Amino acid sequence: MRYLPHTPDDIADMLRAIGVQSVDDLFRSVPESCRFADDPDLPPPLDEWSLLDRLSGLAAAAGGDWRVFLGAGSQAHRIPAVVPALANRSEFLTAYTPYQPEVSQGTLQAIFEYQTLMSRLTGLGVTNASMYDGATAMAEAVLMALRITGRRTVLVSRLVHPHWREVLSTYLAPMPDVNLIPVPSAPDGTTYLGTVPETREPAVLVMASPNFIGVIEDLSAAADAIHRAGGLLASGFSEPLALGVMKVPGREGADIVFGEGQSLGLPQSFGGPGLGILSADRKFMRQIPGRLVGETVDAAGRRGFVLTLSTREQHIRRGRAVSNICSNAGHAALTAAVYMATLGGSGFRSLAGINRDLAEYFKAGLRKRGFKPLSAADTFNEFAIIPPDRFPERRQALLQKRILCGMPLDRYYPEYRNAWLFGVTEVAGKDGIDQVLEELS
Amino acid sequence: MTHPDGNATIPADPDSPGIGAGGLVLDEPLLWERGRYGRSAVDLPPSGVPHRPLTGPRAGDGPDWPDLSELEVVRHYTRLSTWNFGVDTGMYPLGSCTMKYNPKINETVAALAGFAAAHPLLPDDACQGALAVIYETEKLLAAVSGLAAVSLQPAAGAHGELCGMLMIATYHRHHNTGKTVVLIPDTAHGTNPATAAMCGFTEVKVPVGPDGRMEPETVRRLLDDSVAGIMVTNPNTLGIFESHLPEISRMIHDAGGLVYADGANLNAVMGRVDMGKMGVDVLHFNLHKSMSTPHGGGGPGSGPVAVAESLVPYLPGPRIVHEDGRYRRVDGSALSIGRLHPFYGQFGIFLRAFAYLLSVGNRLRDVSGLAVLNANYLRARLREAYDLPFDTDCMHEVVFTDAKQRGSKVTTLDIAKRLIDLGYHPPTIYFPLVVGGALMIEPTETECKEELDGFVEAMLAIAREAESDPDSLHRAPVLTKVGRLDETLAARKPKLTGD
Repeated sequence: MRYLPHTPDDIADMLRAIGVQSVDDLFRSVPESCRFADDPDLPPPLDEWSLLDRLSGLAAAAGGDWRVFLGAGSQAHRIPAVVPALANRSEFLTAYTPYQPEVSQGTLQAIFEYQTLMSRLTGLGVTNASMYDGATAMAEAVLMALRITGRRTVLVSRLVHPHWREVLSTYLAPMPDVNLIPVPSAPDGTTYLGTVPETREPAVLVMASPNFIGVIEDLSAAADAIHRAGGLLASGFSEPLALGVMKVPGREGADIVFGEGQSLGLPQSFGGPGLGILSADRKFMRQIPGRLVGETVDAAGRRGFVLTLSTREQHIRRGRAVSNICSNAGHAALTAAVYMATLGGSGFRSLAGINRDLAEYFKAGLRKRGFKPLSAADTFNEFAIIPPDRFPERRQALLQKRILCGMPLDRYYPEYRNAWLFGVTEVAGKDGIDQVLEELS
Repeated sequence: MTHPDGNATIPADPDSPGIGAGGLVLDEPLLWERGRYGRSAVDLPPSGVPHRPLTGPRAGDGPDWPDLSELEVVRHYTRLSTWNFGVDTGMYPLGSCTMKYNPKINETVAALAGFAAAHPLLPDDACQGALAVIYETEKLLAAVSGLAAVSLQPAAGAHGELCGMLMIATYHRHHNTGKTVVLIPDTAHGTNPATAAMCGFTEVKVPVGPDGRMEPETVRRLLDDSVAGIMVTNPNTLGIFESHLPEISRMIHDAGGLVYADGANLNAVMGRVDMGKMGVDVLHFNLHKSMSTPHGGGGPGSGPVAVAESLVPYLPGPRIVHEDGRYRRVDGSALSIGRLHPFYGQFGIFLRAFAYLLSVGNRLRDVSGLAVLNANYLRARLREAYDLPFDTDCMHEVVFTDAKQRGSKVTTLDIAKRLIDLGYHPPTIYFPLVVGGALMIEPTETECKEELDGFVEAMLAIAREAESDPDSLHRAPVLTKVGRLDETLAARKPKLTGD
């Protein structure tokens, strides 16, 4: 077996040094009653080439060759070749969490840079070294707001990703005293903020912009409403590229920003792993969960980086830690940092512009074919639209051509019963849009 | 480059017991200290459609990030990478972290476009290959654990703990038991009490017995009607098998509680120990430990849970079923704890674990056998030079202390830092907390005997140096880009972003 280096002679020498007869003797502390009666049902080992053949077969049927006109929390984007080539260098990939800073300066500086670039994207002073994904970043943002305010009421816009709201409910289940209140949607696809002032002592208002149906929300109105009620605004996104054309949420008044960073150079990979982004106002630095990298110096005064403020964390504070998180999405954060460095501010703004332009072109083409946008609200690269009656049949024909065009919103949003969610990025581009429009004519 | 002792360069010592040789270390500024506005490392194709910029109050200027050329980006990250130590660089005996070799073929598999470019909301018929990976991986992990069913949703070990303990909490709520206390041995990882607290439980500590094991009598004294369960790591963090676990599990079950097993140390017992027979109700895996997926400098990991029949209805949804040769997604059961991940978990990671399990197959018991052999070999070779607080058979890792070196004012930290100069990643230090000055060494099965011998020579040389020249240990490391860093300053005046 290629991963096991021991020759029979090695094993014999080592057993002699230990003073036992066989490897099985080393398991004498394991009672017979704990052992498998029969060996577990595992297949014979596969050599590398047979393995690759088998998995290539599964990959061919996994769906990666489909053209998908849908985001909904997972975005198709081009990934520049330098991004995986650099991020997957094995010095980064095969290292552990940087507990020994002297031999981890590569990871530590890269994550410090990630924290900095991400703070500039969210507009808030502190960004942690990452959470698992957007949904768990949102759940931790809410737990953070509950700790900061000492209040027990959580307002969540219905236009936040439905799966993320389910994850939040799972996280809050052990806290029966926490009141989770959905904030309704308005007919134009924005969050209806009228109920916020009527809520007693809200801890936090949770929003997303662009929201699940693609609409760019008025975060500054949301911030005003929740701040007047004495709560915090936690705002999120599943498409960070939108921040290339939007005002950043920190400048709109958000106190905590959470998001999914998969768009930033990570493959979709059937939904995971993603990158959980979590930023907060600097005054909440000691309440933010997860790893933080800070700058310091060594004895000779040279700049270096370490994990810091660890008294917040489980390995020090145990049962009183702010979260149980240990491993995060470190390599995804590093990959995102390489992506951000590769595009640069200028490239990111241009690519964001291209995505917005393509979506507007798609929307206009659909409108000509009898589709009606749900509202005139501003959108980025996803939008809700009401198709003509013939659409389901045409969509079926597109499925035959391995093209997935939109998803119906009725399962999650009875209020938008006839509307579908569409999305487009630079991957499909104008040619891809034209092909779909042709089929829908 | 100047080192703290004033030497311009540190030449490789021909008599060095280690493989650390010194050499050229290039400096590299922060990203935004490089670059010029208007440069770009990417050329975007024209969109071919009319420009329709966002206007009005929501429009913004985008982030203030530096603009770099492609080569600047490449040099930046290549230089940074040379300051890192990974499993591919050298032996990384970090206890409880199972830093085994991360096979390259697994990276190739994860990057296959069919998987990497798959959207998670494709119709079932469009993604049968991806659903098959989930279903088959669950089946293999169930076989490895000896338990009834598996969910791959949890994103990391601590997330698996959260999943498992939420299932236990939901079970008790559903059965209206009113139980609120969780027993946790004092050797446990910090994530265990932190998770129990997140799930609304109160922690009661179980002190470790004189031979490093939990004792049934101690557990019996702590057991009452309020106990909802116990969280155990087996082998525990001292690298010792909890031989009394079957009896302890029976006591917990008789009291109406459930048994949670933390799979952080599964590498010691894979293919050998049946979790069901130990009385385990729920176990989490760390695929980034036992199943060879890369740790990535801090994740992403993957922390699937396996459960006994009693907890199957509580698993998170959606689930994958296989009927009439076709895979499809179904919602979780009515008792499910709900969703823990936006989609199905860390697909790209458990795909690598799937490739590993297929590669190793039924030789998994050799993996654990050789992991335990390697640890015991280090224990045998180092026991004269270093203090063994629990001198009993070890499993996949062995815990020493600095007790024999303290007389020379040399601490565990000094030993760890000196190992770096000799070319080895330090072990886990100052954990578990029940041992003062712990050095927790886990070599893993993928290290060959010559590597282990090299590590032994380095450790023995350090023990000698502790007596002859303790100051050289206090100064270490000297061959790295930076020396020991001021962690107090970092925490007192936190600088978490650049200017």
